[in-house]
Amino acid sequence: MATEPIPAEDALAVHGAEAAGPGMPQLDVSSFPNQIFWLIVTLGVIYFVLSRFALPRIGAVLAERAGTITNDIAAAEELRHRAREAETAYDKALADARAEANRIVAETKAQIQADLDAEMEKADAQIAAKTAESQKAIDEIRESSARNVSEVARDVAREIVAAFGAEADAAKVDAAVDAKLGERA
Amino acid sequence: MATETVALVEGEEPGGLVFHPFDQFEVKPLFGEIGDPVSWYTITNVTFWMALSVLCVIGLLVLGTRGRAVIPSRMQSAAELVYGFVYKMVEDVTGKEGLKYFPWIMTLFLFILFSNYLGLLPMAFTTTSHIAVTAVLALGVFLGVTILGFVKNGMAFLGLFWMKDAPLFLRPIIAIIEVISYFVRPVSHSIRLAGNLVAGHAMIKVFAGFAAIAALSPLSIVAITAIYGLEVLVAGIQAYVFTILTCIYLKDALHPSH
Repeated sequence: MATEPIPAEDALAVHGAEAAGPGMPQLDVSSFPNQIFWLIVTLGVIYFVLSRFALPRIGAVLAERAGTITNDIAAAEELRHRAREAETAYDKALADARAEANRIVAETKAQIQADLDAEMEKADAQIAAKTAESQKAIDEIRESSARNVSEVARDVAREIVAAFGAEADAAKVDAAVDAKLGERA
Repeated sequence: MATETVALVEGEEPGGLVFHPFDQFEVKPLFGEIGDPVSWYTITNVTFWMALSVLCVIGLLVLGTRGRAVIPSRMQSAAELVYGFVYKMVEDVTGKEGLKYFPWIMTLFLFILFSNYLGLLPMAFTTTSHIAVTAVLALGVFLGVTILGFVKNGMAFLGLFWMKDAPLFLRPIIAIIEVISYFVRPVSHSIRLAGNLVAGHAMIKVFAGFAAIAALSPLSIVAITAIYGLEVLVAGIQAYVFTILTCIYLKDALHPSH
């Protein structure tokens, strides 16, 4: 009977060793050196990998990306500027062309007007010349007809005087006819 | 009577419920028998899971970015996301001077992040659930930051504890409180991380134990799923919290005059 508790204690001891002491394995001091050693190794390796490879690389990639984005934005700005310049140039060219066209239209109009005026003047002059010529012809005709009238009148008067049997003084008859025609005229 | 005692010690109760929520945290040699002595150089499950976290870091940040593409692949995009996240955190909290220590903070963040997430794999061993690990991390930060503070600022670093905008008679009292809180920092820093992970993982195991009772097993599965989801959040958040606290301590070392 006295030996009975001993197996129980043995079992307790075995279990205690297995579970690394009663309660939490976290408080088992015997495992601390192992954990601390491997922790320091782990941290050392992670730090080495990070500081030597990973962080410079990622930093470089991020910087490169930022640079690329900045460059792209600058390029886009430049392109926009150029597009605006091109648009301005286009507008200016359009305005110039429009002005040129207007100028040509005006010039042509003026030219035509001038030609027209010249032609008109010429035509007027011709018409005036023709009118004057005709006037002259009319005047001549009128004059010659008037002379003919006086000649006919003198001849008629002379014949009438001769028919009355009188010796007609030609000069007197003419003077009398002219006087009469002068009265009428 | 002896067998009864043994059964009780083993934790096997008549109902068939077996709870070993802490077995998952045991440090065991990877090769050889369970119960072999664990000396400092023994290759254990700690070694294995820490090595996996190193491989994950290399996989994401080195292999993932080997294209060096201006237009990134998915992996490179994720790597850049982590880089940008930590870089911005360091820059925002500590300012430009803190960027010199960015690789160290990145190391801490990635190690904790991957350890936490690897620990969520079934059957995994969570290295960051051990106070030995988190205490070394926190003490490393504490010592590093304290030494840096004295090197950078000399005795002016002690101005961290001397509130210039407090009433004069209060300043000594505040200084004492500040000194105490300064020395408590590594404790809270390490226990917060380990405690969160231990609690979550142990809870999952406890709920898993209940699955042995058929009537409770659906509830158990739902609970495990819910806690697992919570743990996924906690894993990320604790890595973030540890890192941002490190940044804040670093800021105190670089600019002690508040």
